[in-house]
Amino acid sequence: MSAASNPPQSVPGPVDPNTLLPPDEPVQLLDDQGTLHEVEGFPLDLKDEDFRNLYRYMVLARRVDKQAINLQRQGQLGVYASLLGQEAAQIGGAYALDEQDWVFPSYREMGAALVRGVDPGKVLHLFRGTWLSNHDPMATHFGLLSIPIGTQALHAAGFAMGAKFDGKDLVVMTYFGDGATSEGDPHEAMNFAAVYDAPCIFFVQNNQYAISVPLSKQTRAPTIAHKAVGYGMPGFRCDGNDVLATYAVARQAVDRARRGEGPSLIEALTYRMEAHTTADDPTRYRTPEELEEWKRRDPIARFETFLEAEGLLDDDFRAQIDEEARGYAARMREEIYDAPHGDPMELFEHVYVDPPASYEEQKAMLRREIASNQEGGS
Amino acid sequence: MAITMAQALNTALHDAMAEDDRVVMFGEDVGTLGGVFRITDKLQERFGDKRCFDTPLAESAIVGSAVGMALYGYKPVVEMQFDGFTYPAFEQIVSHVAKMRNRSRGKVTLPITIRIPFGGGIGAVEHHSESPENFFAHVAGLKVVTPGTPSDGYSLLRESITAPDPVIFFEPKRRYWLKEDADLPTQTEPIGRAVVRREGTTATLFAYGPMVKTCVEAASAAEDEGWDLEVVDLRSLNPFDAATVVDSVRKTGHAVVVHEAQVFSGFGAELAAQVAERAFYHLEAPVLRVGGFDIPYPAAKLEEFFLPDVDRILDAVERSLAF
Repeated sequence: MSAASNPPQSVPGPVDPNTLLPPDEPVQLLDDQGTLHEVEGFPLDLKDEDFRNLYRYMVLARRVDKQAINLQRQGQLGVYASLLGQEAAQIGGAYALDEQDWVFPSYREMGAALVRGVDPGKVLHLFRGTWLSNHDPMATHFGLLSIPIGTQALHAAGFAMGAKFDGKDLVVMTYFGDGATSEGDPHEAMNFAAVYDAPCIFFVQNNQYAISVPLSKQTRAPTIAHKAVGYGMPGFRCDGNDVLATYAVARQAVDRARRGEGPSLIEALTYRMEAHTTADDPTRYRTPEELEEWKRRDPIARFETFLEAEGLLDDDFRAQIDEEARGYAARMREEIYDAPHGDPMELFEHVYVDPPASYEEQKAMLRREIASNQEGGS
Repeated sequence: MAITMAQALNTALHDAMAEDDRVVMFGEDVGTLGGVFRITDKLQERFGDKRCFDTPLAESAIVGSAVGMALYGYKPVVEMQFDGFTYPAFEQIVSHVAKMRNRSRGKVTLPITIRIPFGGGIGAVEHHSESPENFFAHVAGLKVVTPGTPSDGYSLLRESITAPDPVIFFEPKRRYWLKEDADLPTQTEPIGRAVVRREGTTATLFAYGPMVKTCVEAASAAEDEGWDLEVVDLRSLNPFDAATVVDSVRKTGHAVVVHEAQVFSGFGAELAAQVAERAFYHLEAPVLRVGGFDIPYPAAKLEEFFLPDVDRILDAVERSLAF
């Protein structure tokens, strides 16, 4: 057959775009009163223990977040990016993953970090400035916190491509925000993941603002989830303050990826109840009424109502979580409070496996400077 | 046996992929087509489309996904189709490829090789003849390597792929058809070592990549003037072999550094500073820089007026000797 006889292609695959579109209404399993409703296509496979565990992670995340903010207020951290209000989105998503799976986070993912077993105190070294990073991504399967917006999505896509080519049962989830969907890298990442059927979940926490800029100034798309269709992958949309919805939607996306059916985009509608970071003043760009409205939709309070009605939440369990949270907070203070910076000579240690000869000269210079400061300074 | 630079690079990729099945090669048109310069010819046919594959047209994603694949355990070799198309990947290279190992305190290593055909002299359209090497030489965490001979093309590329650190591998595209009598496989001096291509006593020409051949030609032409020029092929901009450079300056007392990139803030400035700091009293004249003018790379019919050639190089030698 000659090339000329090939018909022009518009859509390369057999996918009906209508099957990829998000539903008109975001998936919600727990309504605002905490009553559970079944939603077709998003069954819950959770046991009582899982319900309690989801709650536990959410409460721990909020307490860890509060401790981090306090450490910043006390001058122990230079800055901190709070997740307050986004606990359900992060934790529901990460809870759908298995141990061998990987997460590629942005800098606001302390909730997902907890689910992956990452020590929050270690993460805070980034914000204190003792180290650029101080947890082990290889051991925890939790990537380094990525600060340039959306760039980690490509690392996730590449990792998932690697797993796919290697025939491994492994799913990758990357988190980014609504603002990141205007950057190029997440789009290139979605396209790559889709082209190679890579097991990669793009989990967007749409917290309504990119620092001060609202979503309405970020995109003209009907929703963020619609963007998935352009890449031939399904776009899911859910109530991000409903942990059962974020879990159930993530479950579908993860199972799909594990079956070899490729990537998905999830848009979880949520709200950043704190400032962008501790250096930000949100009163300059949003109203107290808006904040109050979202406080009424608090993800933890809603889930609590449900658990109480189900008889899954008693004083013993609350006390147990409280004790665990105190332990976390204490260890964070221990790790961070007045933590000295590392050995300056280590600055040269990790840049290269095989460093240039010039490093020896520069290390000698730094050693002399340190020695002379110690002599003159004290 | 006479081999070209292109054959040497292609053989290096074949041998690296045969030796280690973690080595994967991907980029634009590198699979079925074998690359626009055929450097990846027959890799996909031999190793399959999981080891050598075409990607969608997105340079940032090519490099960014290489980071993910390296974290997974592969040794990615990626191709930027042309020098001027590297810039979309600049953020991934500078912010992640170069810095991730340091950021992780050594827990992560990224053995990535980024191949970039670079430089002019082939009559190409805009964005296909640039010399962006100094952008990358300036970034801590990267190694920046460029061969000037087919043997080095083979050996430096093999070493770049094996190296645990990320390497930006600049291929002098006008020298893809340069021939040399050599048998492959071959092993030349390691990355980080400069090599004296022609011994001389009158003055030293320092060059890398495409300008090595031009400098050797300039040295031959200089014999008519009675000048015995030394030619040093730097081979690696980062790490920089200060010792070999200084040894040559001590011997000749005159240094001219040559590259296609514009002179202002180019790699020649670094070399001149290194020589001034390390061999000031051995210099008979200031280090002179020969390169492209401080203008954007011109249209193809005008590139001969932009690119350094034997005359421009010898003019600089004359000025140095007359100082």
